[in-house]
Amino acid sequence: MTARLEPPVSPEAAPFWDATRQRQLMLQWCRACDLPVHHPRVLCPRCGGTDLDWREAAGRGRVHAFTVLHRPGNPTMAERVPYVVALIDLEEGARMMSNVVGCEPGRVAVGMPVRVGWEDLPDGRALPVFEPAGEAAGD
Amino acid sequence: MSYDPAELRGKAAIVGVADAASPSGELETYGRALEAAMVMEALADAGLSLSDVDGVLNAGDSMGLAEYLGIRPRYTDSTSVGGSSFEVHIEHAVAAVAAGLCEVAVTVYAQTPRGDRRRPAAGGPWRRPGAMLEWEAPYGLLMPMGAYALAASRHMGVYGTTPEQLAQIAVSTRQWAAMNPRARYRDPLTVADVLASPYVAEPLHLLDCCLVTDGAGAVVVTRADRARDLAKPPAYVLGVGSCHDHAMISEMPDLTTTAAAVSGPAAFSMAGVKPGDVDLLMAYDSFTITVLLLLEDLGFCPKGEGGRFVEDGKLGPGGALPTNTNGGGLSYTHPGMYGIFLLVEAVRQLRGEAGDRQVDGVDVAVAHGSGGVLSSMSTVVLGGEGAR
Ligand SMILES: [Zn+2]
Repeated sequence: MTARLEPPVSPEAAPFWDATRQRQLMLQWCRACDLPVHHPRVLCPRCGGTDLDWREAAGRGRVHAFTVLHRPGNPTMAERVPYVVALIDLEEGARMMSNVVGCEPGRVAVGMPVRVGWEDLPDGRALPVFEPAGEAAGD
Repeated sequence: MSYDPAELRGKAAIVGVADAASPSGELETYGRALEAAMVMEALADAGLSLSDVDGVLNAGDSMGLAEYLGIRPRYTDSTSVGGSSFEVHIEHAVAAVAAGLCEVAVTVYAQTPRGDRRRPAAGGPWRRPGAMLEWEAPYGLLMPMGAYALAASRHMGVYGTTPEQLAQIAVSTRQWAAMNPRARYRDPLTVADVLASPYVAEPLHLLDCCLVTDGAGAVVVTRADRARDLAKPPAYVLGVGSCHDHAMISEMPDLTTTAAAVSGPAAFSMAGVKPGDVDLLMAYDSFTITVLLLLEDLGFCPKGEGGRFVEDGKLGPGGALPTNTNGGGLSYTHPGMYGIFLLVEAVRQLRGEAGDRQVDGVDVAVAHGSGGVLSSMSTVVLGGEGAR
């Protein structure tokens, strides 16, 4: 399988990417809102607050929306067609883009429970992807 | 001191328009030369000349454009917010001429993705912002259709909208294109045809997606009292409103509601009209889902009911809400940032110049641009003499 595009690391997101080396899904948190901030920033986009820290996420969520790509979004994904790109609502309240893997694209549905999995990147980091969880995991 | 945007109502008008497109999908001219040709044609349409222009608007480079044209503008604006840039330009030009910042403003656009394939080094790759490379590109989302597919998926999941309902938007638009001799696609289209076309980014089929064609257009704005002395009947700018709420699709606050829910009511309020008063809607149709969301957000139907609203064909010829009468981005032309064609068609319909596809009695027309990935929204309400 062709290696994926390696995401650049923005300074605000260094803790997120560093943690992926240990297969930990970290979320930046705004203490004032007591809510996660994703993607990571230098301030909270809700309240403008800068009192931010990091917490490990449970890695559980639901599919908010998804698309089955029949053409690759970039050449590194060509061998994977058709594949699923989804927006995942993590149970902590953050939303992130990812892939749903480990099941037929036709089984993915809005609201489907998922849990985090990991796909290695060449530089030692890992990319968080999601697979069916709970009742959705069975065949 | 405070200002009420309603004071801008009717203070400026579009007085000259031009656009270029070809059934082959290709144009011979390109780049700045094509922009200049459009500016000159639109000025001639207005009965004005280059020396009258003291306001220049361009999506990205008003300075280079003005230099090329030999204009030293009193008002310059390089606002580039995707496909809705030109609706935003109208908003800014209206304010500028009403405030006396300039007297005659022009906005112009030219992009030739098909012709550029034969011209190495023209254009260049679409440069993505860093955040998108970090948080979206590694997952292989096909842009831009993948982003719109996510919105369609959410609308289907929450409201039960069907692929057939989305397909009907493409079908109604094609019926209008059949009456536009310059449209890229004019053959009849059925819902079954749309559903039988290959998936690009499921749930969107190929025929749910706009074209890739060459195209160009321009629009001229001046003060209302001056507009009445020019060559063509004025299309008064009755209301304008803009809003954007994200750049990346993963940051869109609600995938089923766009910022048109802000820009639309602002423009309608300024104009003193309601959606029910609108005789013609030009709603940016990058994808069928775009139109469906805009119908809801602009208030033509309640949130979630867009699918049921369109399924009887009311957007097409003879329907209750004539929409995208030039054949739209789906069947007429779509070079990349389509918003200027919305304005040109709205003006032609207001003037009664739309030929076979002319809608009877168009006195209030809405041109709504959408840029980015459902990101930047701008609504322009135009009216003829009767609506002023
Ligand atoms: Zn906060």
